[in-house]
Amino acid sequence: MTATRRERLADDALLLHLGADTPPIDDATNARVHRIAARIRAAAPAWLRDLVPAYASLAVFFDPDTTTVPDVERWLDARLADDDGTTIAAAPRCIDIPVVYGGDFGEDLDSAAAELGLSPAALAERHAGGLYTVAMIGFAPGFPYLSGLDPALALPRLATPRTRVPAGSVAIGGAQTGLYPRESPGGWRLIGRTPLRLFDPTRAAPSLLAPGDRVRFVAIDAREFARMETGA
Amino acid sequence: MSLLRVLAPGAATTVQASARDGWRHVGVARGGALDPAQATLANHLVGNAFDAAVLEIALGGPTLAFDAPIRIAVCGAPIDAAFDNGGGVRRIVPNGRPVALPAGTLKLGTIRHGLRAWLAIAGGIDVPVVLGSRSADLRGGFGGIGGRTLQAGDALRLGPHAAPVVAAEPVAPHWWIALDPLPTDACLVRYVPSSHAQAAPLRDGAWRVDPRSDRQGLRLGGDTLPTLAETLLSAPVAPGTIQLPPDGRPIVLLTDAQTVGGYPRLGYVIAADLPRMAQLRPGDAVRFEPVAADEAERLRRQRQSELARALIATDARRPSA
Repeated sequence: MTATRRERLADDALLLHLGADTPPIDDATNARVHRIAARIRAAAPAWLRDLVPAYASLAVFFDPDTTTVPDVERWLDARLADDDGTTIAAAPRCIDIPVVYGGDFGEDLDSAAAELGLSPAALAERHAGGLYTVAMIGFAPGFPYLSGLDPALALPRLATPRTRVPAGSVAIGGAQTGLYPRESPGGWRLIGRTPLRLFDPTRAAPSLLAPGDRVRFVAIDAREFARMETGA
Repeated sequence: MSLLRVLAPGAATTVQASARDGWRHVGVARGGALDPAQATLANHLVGNAFDAAVLEIALGGPTLAFDAPIRIAVCGAPIDAAFDNGGGVRRIVPNGRPVALPAGTLKLGTIRHGLRAWLAIAGGIDVPVVLGSRSADLRGGFGGIGGRTLQAGDALRLGPHAAPVVAAEPVAPHWWIALDPLPTDACLVRYVPSSHAQAAPLRDGAWRVDPRSDRQGLRLGGDTLPTLAETLLSAPVAPGTIQLPPDGRPIVLLTDAQTVGGYPRLGYVIAADLPRMAQLRPGDAVRFEPVAADEAERLRRQRQSELARALIATDARRPSA
């Protein structure tokens, strides 16, 4: 286990480095990030404003009017010392995401499959066969970066990003897979689309996924997509 | 119920209120007014709570029409403002003080020095609270008015307030209040350097503001820093983070900053100086000066007490509503 390094991120934030900050992504380090984040969130100190887990680091935002940096550091050191590397606060949630692969729903599926030397059906099947972890959420509200992609399915990003990626698009970017919550620009390769709303600010839990969640993709057809999209 | 009709939206006018804390782990930006102190001061001048929703104006302001009297205050960069009752009464509306206006139109013009101003209206703009704030999140597409900049035809409802009693003409006191002077020549910005090799050399650059800057980030040009072919795992970033992209031109993240980023970090602009960066126009010169984190904290508290003094000074003079 790598020693934790602390860095001041802003006047109101500390950044904890829990592993190397260069690739490759280390799943054990990322699991530790989520474990410690869960521990801090459960303790809910009054000064805590925000907690941002990433691949190998964790940002802790505090209220500088009600605490001091040395106090926050002491408190965090105690939480880190408690972490013996094995205890898991709670079993992670596992969320199924229905996806229509290919066609109008994933316009890069055919070219991506050809690039990987697979049939489109095989690419879809292998993508849907994986068990993924939400390593972090970022880029846009509710955008999950999923680790656990079969290395044989890694694909370079587009040289020129699309100006419009449809909401719900399931995509591969490098060694990661993810979903676009909302129509936006994007350079990942689009292989499918989900009818689920990944982010809705009016819901009590606005983001369908939380950092640390497990994710499985379930292939559906266009008719089922239409039925689910209309909220049946 | 008072209503403001938007006749012209201005260049990039948004509804802003408090920051949106507590949702950064799911990718939601902190948001809120780029200079919360100016928004607070404007609110205080009209008798609103400090976090009532205001209009954040950039470069050119909106034209608003109203059928009943309102009380307004504009803080931040000086902005031309004119009232017209449609019946021959036209008046310049001064900044930095509470102004009571009869029914008519208020035209906020061009900002010539600095870039942004905050318009508070008694009652506050009554938009729903989304994820704990009324502020517009442009990237998320929620908060404010439809999560976007104002458009002609929008109607802004005001919260409950005691409408000022005014006859045909605007009423404004002679005094005014301003929080901090606008930057002159090269804007000096203090930062706490990171351990990155290019963190210290940032101070030696002659930087200029790039036109592709917005509420998310202020892009710098005019100079470059050497970069290495570094590949980093994405890590959390915050408003104030100074990023060094591969082209060697730093980006200072502002309040609508994304929550994670993969560029090397050169440190952070201190909280006391970050609001000043919201006043920088494309082409403006910027200089960086390193400070220690403790000094940054002292300066943060100093700016807080400057705001407190401005609010107390206002209390002593504000007409009782």
